Amino acid sequence: MRLDRRRLNGVAEHGISILVTLFGLLILTFVIGRIMPTDPVRAIVGEDATREVYENVYRQLGLDKPMWQQFLLYLRDVATFDFGTSIRTGQPVLSDIARVLPATIELATFAIVIGAGLGAPLGVIAAVNKDKWQDQLIRVISLMGHSMPIFWTGMIALLIFYAGLGWVGGSGRMSQFYIGMVPERTNFLLIDSAIAGQWDVFRSALNHIILPASLLGYSSSAYITRMTRSFMLDQINQEYITTARVKGLSRRQTIWRHAFGNIRVQLVTIVALAYGALLEGAVLIETVFAWPGFGQYLTSNLMIGDMNAVMTCVLIVGVIFIGLNILSDILYRVFDPRTR
Amino acid sequence: MENVLDVRNLTIRYRGAAEPAVRDVSFTLGRERLGIVGESGSGKSTVGRAMLKLLDTAEVTADRMSFEEVDLLRAPERQMLDLRGRRMSMILQDPKFSLNPIQRCGHQIAEGYRRHVKCTKAEARRKAIEMLEQVHIRDPERVYDLYPHEVSGGMGQRVMIAMMLLTDPDLVIADEPTSALDVTVRLQVLRILDGLVRDRGIGLVMISHDLNLVRSFCDRVLIMYAGRLVETLDARDLDNAKHPYTRGLLAAQPRIGGPRGDLPVLDRQDSWLQPHQEVTA
Amino acid sequence: MSMTRDIPAAKPRRMPQGLIAARNILAFLAKAPTSLFGLVVLALLIGLAVFAPLIATHDPYIQDLQNTLQPPSGAHFFGTDELGRDIFSRLVHGSRITLTIIFLVTIVVGPIGLIFGTVSGYFGGKVDTVLMRITDIFLSFPSLILSMAFVAALGPSLNNAIIAISLTAWPPIARLARAETLTFRKADYIAAARLQGASAARIIWRSIVPMCLPSVLIRLTLNMATVILTAAGLGFLGLGAQPPLPEWGAMIATGRRYMIDSWWLVTFPGLAILSVSLAFNLLGDGLRDALDPKQMNRR
Repeated sequence: MRLDRRRLNGVAEHGISILVTLFGLLILTFVIGRIMPTDPVRAIVGEDATREVYENVYRQLGLDKPMWQQFLLYLRDVATFDFGTSIRTGQPVLSDIARVLPATIELATFAIVIGAGLGAPLGVIAAVNKDKWQDQLIRVISLMGHSMPIFWTGMIALLIFYAGLGWVGGSGRMSQFYIGMVPERTNFLLIDSAIAGQWDVFRSALNHIILPASLLGYSSSAYITRMTRSFMLDQINQEYITTARVKGLSRRQTIWRHAFGNIRVQLVTIVALAYGALLEGAVLIETVFAWPGFGQYLTSNLMIGDMNAVMTCVLIVGVIFIGLNILSDILYRVFDPRTR
Repeated sequence: MENVLDVRNLTIRYRGAAEPAVRDVSFTLGRERLGIVGESGSGKSTVGRAMLKLLDTAEVTADRMSFEEVDLLRAPERQMLDLRGRRMSMILQDPKFSLNPIQRCGHQIAEGYRRHVKCTKAEARRKAIEMLEQVHIRDPERVYDLYPHEVSGGMGQRVMIAMMLLTDPDLVIADEPTSALDVTVRLQVLRILDGLVRDRGIGLVMISHDLNLVRSFCDRVLIMYAGRLVETLDARDLDNAKHPYTRGLLAAQPRIGGPRGDLPVLDRQDSWLQPHQEVTA
Repeated sequence: MSMTRDIPAAKPRRMPQGLIAARNILAFLAKAPTSLFGLVVLALLIGLAVFAPLIATHDPYIQDLQNTLQPPSGAHFFGTDELGRDIFSRLVHGSRITLTIIFLVTIVVGPIGLIFGTVSGYFGGKVDTVLMRITDIFLSFPSLILSMAFVAALGPSLNNAIIAISLTAWPPIARLARAETLTFRKADYIAAARLQGASAARIIWRSIVPMCLPSVLIRLTLNMATVILTAAGLGFLGLGAQPPLPEWGAMIATGRRYMIDSWWLVTFPGLAILSVSLAFNLLGDGLRDALDPKQMNRR
């Protein structure tokens, strides 16, 4: 990669714009935290604390200072990774989140594999058969995935596949029976149980993750299918496809080896963005499946107005989103020979 | 002389179009260089692509359309897959679009070879590099590993020629092979193509809108107008063309040292659309 | 975006042309079975909402503790819930809530997006950078999570849910309006207006906003499926419409406890959400086709 002046400027500009977005994110979370209806002091000192104690904590939290100073204090805390303690659990918020996030990432990763594995081929098939019945069918299938209220589908799926047919595990990450049996190393249950060689637990975990992950994956495949289809449509009328055919390559080879190769880069960025959107679906599906992850943590803290926890959760989701955007940008640069 | 191509009354209609794009075109091609000339939309490229059966969205009918011993009208796609790239190939117009942007040039050349010839990767690579040398690329090892956007238009088109001639086909269709190139490299690329075609005794169909180019690089010329063949001539007889359209085209060419006045514009006549009519000038 | 290209061209002549365009689009949509389905469902939704009291067989709020958790029957088409309320009637009245959400979000998001986008596009430079940066910040959140945080901060209620959804739904509209503005900012008639001494506000309001309006409306339709799902999700989490209200998401949330034995409690509200959001998606998909000139020629 040549580092000429223009490229350097571009990188600098990119970096600054990321910083500005991050700063805006902090303002947003700060505002959300300040307009929360709960009284953070009350939450700490309890209902029947004396006025003196109350005032003390009030000052300790810096709530007597003007807003801009409070914001600076918030910035300082964030810069030192001090996100305060959760009122509900009494633990530092960051360690709470570190504990629940792997469950969500495990679920989302499983789901994106299903989503991309389903969405990309369907998109290709739809593009190749544009306006034929395959295309129409795939369109309806994928719009269906895009239209279903995932919390509802989750419940119906539990009714059918768990309560009715008994094919899969029910709520949670594993059977009640196994909880606490696996030493927590990474908090990714599939990995932990595999390391420990506890294949019963592994199987149980797999049994539990498959349904929520499939639903999430299906809902995210809608977006991936649509984008793949439109990327492919751009490619299959290109001249280099004709060249490939002139060389004697079959239709299948021209489509997968040449056209699909050319959308790989775009596809990767789309999948990265879809991964971010999955986190959103995860919030709802975790509630339905009692999945002890980030979404459930966020929801339960929202309900009781646990300010520190909510602010941090929102901030982290924002950071993950920005991170995924940067990642997709980097992937684009790495994979596309034209940008090297 | 055995015929490489024998086409009689070829008619091509794109799906959904009212009028056929090509109507009643007949010609034969031996081991020679045949030019097809016409303005854009005259159907000349469509004829070229029909020879390789690349037109998925068109109805192709003819009394006869054969390539050597193969009846193209009846050849199934499976047979075509073995013909294309092996015995018949096509050079497309603009290397900017006709080369796959994310594959290295050399890989694209070798891919065609490996599709038809059983060999190892290394062997295909060696073959491809040899071929790059033959199209006068000075540093073939380096060019092999370049991406299409890293080579110039002229070099890209030479890569294209190498790709299409590597398997030693009997028929090459060159669809405006130089019109996307800078004027300065056109002649160079054409000479390379011409040299290879002559050496190997390949039947060449050169599709072009450039009369002068066709005149100097082809043996015979077909003139197409609005999907019809209006005249077939030996290249050297081009100046004695009878059909008013051909004459009009010739007259509309600027000439160095010629008069400086406005060039004449074609005065189109409906009678040109009448099929198979001996027109007297 | 290419899909909106042909609309502005039809616009300068004001209503009659616009009406003709609208009729053509409707005619085109009616031809495709999928978008026809979308149109029918939406018409049904509006019909249900308007005539809710006439269509509903029961009062959606009246409890009948003698008749709780009754399965679907002639008396109760979709059964009754845990308080003996008629689910069919609640669904019918729920369509009013859905329609309210759609309407309010549209009239909040449309203007905000238009103002941000047109001002940003018209002035360019620093104004553009700042406004678009703000837009990007909002875009860098998943909309449901941001809405959840807002609702939690403002207090759970239907109105707050609508505000929160609007707060997260405007950035794409602003983006679109900006892109549209950029395409005709340099047009001669804008320059002419400026030479006549028209103020920036006037130019934006009189000349640019009307040009952006059609594409913005289409984009809003496209996004409406997401809005409905987000609203239902908030309702489900207890952050949207509160219990006695027959909001579909909230109905699913309360029905969840009885799900195993009384499937109808969650099934019908879910189907209602699914069909409305599917209708918007199918319609949006059809609109995209209808407005894409490349597609038009092909048929």
